[in-house]
Amino acid sequence: MAKSCNQRREWSWWHFLFLIELVAVLWPPFYNRVEPAFIGVPFFYWYQLLWVILGAILNAVINFATADE
Amino acid sequence: MSDIHWDALTIFALLFSTIAFLGFAAAHWHRGDLDLLHEWGLGGRRFGSVITWFLLGGDIYTAYTFIAVPALAFGAGAIAFFAIPFTIVACPILFLTLPRLWHVCHKHHYITAGDFVRGRFGNRWLALAVAVTGIVATMPYMALQLAGLQIVISALGLSGTGLTADLPLIIAFVILAAFTYTSGLRAPASIAVVKDILIYLTAFAAVIVIPIELGGFSKIFAAIPSPKLLLAAPGPAGSGSYSAYATLALGSALAIYLYPHSFTGILSASSARAIRRNAALLPAFSFMLGLLALLGFFAIAAGVAGMPEYAAGFKQFGNNFAVPALFLHSFPSWFTGIAFAAIGIGALVPAAIMSIAAANLYTRNIYREFINKTPSDAQEARMAKQVSLIVKFGALAFIIFVPTQYAVYLQLLGGIWIIQILPAVVLGAYTSWFNGWALLIGWAAGIVAGTAMAIAVNLTPAYPLHLAGYVFPGYTAFYTVILNIALVVILTPLFNALGRQRIALNEIVSSDFHA
Repeated sequence: MAKSCNQRREWSWWHFLFLIELVAVLWPPFYNRVEPAFIGVPFFYWYQLLWVILGAILNAVINFATADE
Repeated sequence: MSDIHWDALTIFALLFSTIAFLGFAAAHWHRGDLDLLHEWGLGGRRFGSVITWFLLGGDIYTAYTFIAVPALAFGAGAIAFFAIPFTIVACPILFLTLPRLWHVCHKHHYITAGDFVRGRFGNRWLALAVAVTGIVATMPYMALQLAGLQIVISALGLSGTGLTADLPLIIAFVILAAFTYTSGLRAPASIAVVKDILIYLTAFAAVIVIPIELGGFSKIFAAIPSPKLLLAAPGPAGSGSYSAYATLALGSALAIYLYPHSFTGILSASSARAIRRNAALLPAFSFMLGLLALLGFFAIAAGVAGMPEYAAGFKQFGNNFAVPALFLHSFPSWFTGIAFAAIGIGALVPAAIMSIAAANLYTRNIYREFINKTPSDAQEARMAKQVSLIVKFGALAFIIFVPTQYAVYLQLLGGIWIIQILPAVVLGAYTSWFNGWALLIGWAAGIVAGTAMAIAVNLTPAYPLHLAGYVFPGYTAFYTVILNIALVVILTPLFNALGRQRIALNEIVSSDFHA
């Protein structure tokens, strides 16, 4: 591909971290259960809410790590 | 419905007047010449990280979302929570593709996705397809925002017969139309700040106060019937609701930035860095949306559906009345006013942006391309302002005269249609290899197949795909965009062999995608 030199400039290995959050939330067998519950909230719900926060942290890390490249 | 809730209504009206004032005053904010389309329709591309965060938050997490997602949880249970993975997955997509598109649009003064496709593939019919898809998909979305507004107005106790029943909605709408006309994108951007603060206040109050009233989360979840509590585990003959859940999340995430209103919000950012930062900031809204989805369960546990005072509301609005009924039941009247104002203002922000985005598309990719090829700057801006009015009143007429369920169906179809511009817009951000005519055929095939599949399953989102004796229920938009991409990849070499020109028409060079 003619554009590969530009894509290299923009591509970063840090972007692979995105895959972690994608797999974590797009594979329901990981979290489709009730136990362990947290303050009465079934696992299904608090796991996904927790991943909102973890995802935000990952995105922030990737953003800082790849800034001004 | 029963009596008017005066405390709530007063607070609601006060907050509403405040944002109306703010909407008109916004014309003077970051002062620019509003007779230029990019000033009126993109706020002069001057919004930094924080305003972009408020704007996208007000734009993507709409009033209808705040009513419909809990309503889905209330009615269907766990499947409604696909909204959480959806908004999580949307962030990497935002981070990876939108800064590229922002750079190229900034450099070439593109205002719409249609402009980008026109420049990239040199095919004005493809740009027309992108523009028409955007407008058609946005209209029912906008009508649903009004439906959200209609629900809270009615829940305040304002009801009547005939035209008087719709009068408050019409007044709210005329105000919206007026400040959008005068201030452009600056109006929803400034109002979004107020709206988002009110929504946060409401969400956190609801998640703290209501579980205490109901005796804790354990009691709430104990009240949820077990089929609603988790996704149904798949049987031996297929992937069951697991694949439906995952493809709904992924497909919605792929589609969200293709909607004209989100694209407009992105292009109005002052830098690509502001967009990247928002990939880490927007989850704050996702978290709140997750909390709000739980309100559907709170409503089940509180038993509002069985209370006689809310029977009329449920009869008129169905499950969408669950959240308003829960607020009326759980909050003191004055706070209900704040909560309803949050939803009502939350309807105006996206409705304004949607009408601006649709107007930009019409002006750039239909009017300027096919009707008046050399408009003056002022003519172009005037056209967009007028079209934004037409679009808004079209949506208002729709919600007053047509059953809301039709808007729900059209919005569902709109999601399937809008994703079909993904190959041209998102993949087009990475490669110009595709042939414009191949993209057009892929788009058409995706729309026809998607519409047929949606009708075959009675306009529900998931289609049961049969493969080798197994059944994979999945989001129709997701399946059909794969078909679309496959067709484009097969047809591109074919069209190129037929001698259709491409590279000569690509006015974008790869360095345009960077700072």
